[in-house]
Amino acid sequence: MNELKELSIVGKRIPKLDAAKKAMGRAEYIQDIKLPGMVYGKILYSKYAHANIVKIDTSRAKALPGVLCILTGDDVPKKMKMGFYKDNPPLKKGKVCSFRDEVAAVAATTPEIAKKALDMIEIQYEELPGIFDPEKAMQPDSPLVHDYHKTNVLNLPWKLHYGDVEKAEKESAFVVEERFTTQWVTHCCLGTSGAIALFDSNNNLTIHTNTQIPSLAQKDFLESLKAMGIENKRVRVIKPIIGGGFGSKLDSYAYEHVAILLAHACRRPVKIQFDRVEEFKATSTRQPTIIYIKQGCDKNGKLTFRDMRMVLDNGAYTSWGATTPSVMMMPITSLYRVENVRYEAKCVYTNNTYSQAFRGYGNPQATFAIESTLDMLAEKAGIDRVQIRRLNRNQPGDVTPQGFKISSCGLSECIDAVEKEMVINGPKEKGIGYGIASLIHVGGGARIYKSDGCGAILKMDDYGKVDIFTGGTDMGQGMDNITAQIVAEELGLLVEDINVVHSDTDVCPWDVGAHASRSTFVAGNAALGAAKKVKAVILEEAAKTFGVSPDQIVMKARNIFVPGDAEKTMTIDKLLRKVHFSPQGKMLMADYFYDPDNENMGKDMKGNMSVTYAFGAHGVKVKVDEETGKVTVLDYVAAHDVGRAINPLLLEGQVYGGVLMGLGYALTEEVVVRDGKTMNANFRDYKLFTAKDAIKIKAPVVETYDEFGPFGAKGIGEPGCVPTAPAIANAVYDAVGVRITTLPITPEKVLAALMEKKKNH
Amino acid sequence: MTIINFKLNGDQIEYEIKDHWTLLHLLREEMGLIGTKEGCGNGECGACTVIVDKLAINSCLYLAVDADRKTIETIEGLASTDGKLHPLQQSFVDNGGIQCGFCSPGMIMSSKALLDSNPNASEEEVKHALAGNICRCTGYVQILESVEAAKKHMAGGGQS
Repeated sequence: MNELKELSIVGKRIPKLDAAKKAMGRAEYIQDIKLPGMVYGKILYSKYAHANIVKIDTSRAKALPGVLCILTGDDVPKKMKMGFYKDNPPLKKGKVCSFRDEVAAVAATTPEIAKKALDMIEIQYEELPGIFDPEKAMQPDSPLVHDYHKTNVLNLPWKLHYGDVEKAEKESAFVVEERFTTQWVTHCCLGTSGAIALFDSNNNLTIHTNTQIPSLAQKDFLESLKAMGIENKRVRVIKPIIGGGFGSKLDSYAYEHVAILLAHACRRPVKIQFDRVEEFKATSTRQPTIIYIKQGCDKNGKLTFRDMRMVLDNGAYTSWGATTPSVMMMPITSLYRVENVRYEAKCVYTNNTYSQAFRGYGNPQATFAIESTLDMLAEKAGIDRVQIRRLNRNQPGDVTPQGFKISSCGLSECIDAVEKEMVINGPKEKGIGYGIASLIHVGGGARIYKSDGCGAILKMDDYGKVDIFTGGTDMGQGMDNITAQIVAEELGLLVEDINVVHSDTDVCPWDVGAHASRSTFVAGNAALGAAKKVKAVILEEAAKTFGVSPDQIVMKARNIFVPGDAEKTMTIDKLLRKVHFSPQGKMLMADYFYDPDNENMGKDMKGNMSVTYAFGAHGVKVKVDEETGKVTVLDYVAAHDVGRAINPLLLEGQVYGGVLMGLGYALTEEVVVRDGKTMNANFRDYKLFTAKDAIKIKAPVVETYDEFGPFGAKGIGEPGCVPTAPAIANAVYDAVGVRITTLPITPEKVLAALMEKKKNH
Repeated sequence: MTIINFKLNGDQIEYEIKDHWTLLHLLREEMGLIGTKEGCGNGECGACTVIVDKLAINSCLYLAVDADRKTIETIEGLASTDGKLHPLQQSFVDNGGIQCGFCSPGMIMSSKALLDSNPNASEEEVKHALAGNICRCTGYVQILESVEAAKKHMAGGGQS
């Protein structure tokens, strides 16, 4: 494919631009920032999952020397509510609905005094019966989490039906049906959450905060200011380097709004810094699910229908977790060709913690059920597991029932790549099993919000250096590199010539945020658009100098020249100075706003959500110890269609990291919640994979060159963790013949299933 | 208050400390050496790893008073004064061992303590030495590759 010709900078393994700074310990995270006059805020959380607040007495705490101010729910303006459902005030009043409910906040001169003051706040509660099971909470006689809401079921539109599922089921040769559940897991960002809020003398707010969405956070904070009666002021959001994101920072949190309230109340910069226990308890998890699924195929294995219903534990308040069905719809309607599809999801209030975005945004949950039952269906129909996937694979040019236009699609090549590394259906020893699972994900942005755009402003100086101000957000994944490589490639410069400025709303243009694996595609296209505009002017100027037409000129390795003509060449910086320091001189600057040509979902949930889609297939070899139930991963292949690899080094990092995160989801990780209470808020009891558990992951890259992507690229941030759990579940079944339908697949569950199986034989 | 004397990244230091301070508090909050990170404050994540008398320790669990008369190395002391990175730092940079970077200083210090005492550490020994350092970004693959590459470089005459 000639589009995939070798380029100078794009496609190269260029180390992360800020890696040296991080390796030297010079990177400044929120933990490291101290501002003059800064004081420390702390939050007091509820002692109950569900209770009336009878009385709060802050008098003793207020009297503590060093305490500057104490706020309770009474001090929060009525209209100050977080989340898209606007059901979550940053400090609660009258009633608490979960253990993570914020009931009071303190600002003090030191963190120690603030902590001591929290202990001196006296609160009298009247405990209420809690509801912790979403299926029970749906019943008409269930206690209500929010009385004003009248029902625990949220009013959300998650429903679709394309084709005729009932007719298709009747006509199917084989049908399987199962119930799956997925657990709470949490992001475990190594850098805990934090924010510093400060007001200037004119009541303009600056907030340094750990966010993945500087522009949308700015909007949230502006709304808070408005609720506080502060209108028409500026909000500047600055995101320092953050210790991981993974979706956790896609919505604003109570602590950010509380920092704003405290800063306004005591007229000092206020920092709220979470500790690890708080990070576990008071940040949001991946959305847990209860999934009912039916899939069918004809006698040849061609999928006939897919029918899914879900109940989602919404917790006590609403954040993006409740919108994950919008992305679950993607694999449900569009992973493999299936014409008849039905789906309905109900989000239900309980007195548990609430969920947020988490890498994959619902896709891992849905794909777990789809890919597990696909293996069940293959077995029932007597068809090879790989064959059924090939038979039903998506192909370029497909339009799926939901209206997704599949442009490039390397699913077939990904399955090939897995099979090249691993014989899924080969002979095997006792206790050894192989699993395969595929994925579809958005690869060209995702139009969930009204705009899916990203702006970029590019300027060149007299020395051949570029500053690019991008809306994109780097959180360690490498948005900065991708931007720099794209600009350097387009302008014939080197990566070190490009300074990427991001995550400061005073200087960077708007962007919807670092989510949906969209940074490479959307921020990349924005940067490319700005670079192309500048390039056009440079070529025009060079054409005048060289006396040739612009299309004869090449920019490469800091030089601009006419190939084959040794006379017509100069360095780019020299040309820039010539253009600048001439009569009617010019500085090279350009702006570009790229808003992808994708569609919001209509009422029928149809619409081409992404300009292009990412595909992949994972294969895994496991060993299951039949004595203990322990599953050991022996070998892993993760093949991904990425359009084009802008930077294979960083791309592999995304895949490896995604896979291990997915393996944790599959095998070990769970926020254990008992009656609304988090029982394992530490790294000893929340089981992450460590270096000792690390496995060698093969990550073959399939390059399909997407015509809409920057230099052909599609997104890869999330896909690595999408099909891991079903690949493992399928391998466990292959090894020992038990189908585990609840995540994580712990030794206890495997052993119990093995014993059950023995009993029935 | 207690006065302690210790060697920090080659410099002799005298510091008046409070007895309850951890070494992490002393380094970060009092001395402004922000390279050592706090990820949990509970000895579970390894982000605060520094080297005390050649051993990698969690500085969040190590009392500053115990640093008296000890030799301490932190991430700030690894690069040479002309800004040249230590081979381990360079290897982490070159091999994708760093994404968000929050675990990186601790990860590099644990690796250094290992390779200083055991320059030919096997893959299993490297994994064991890093088992107390949690990383959520990389899946450890490129971290282990970074340590392996640094090991080879250092064995081949690169300075430690």
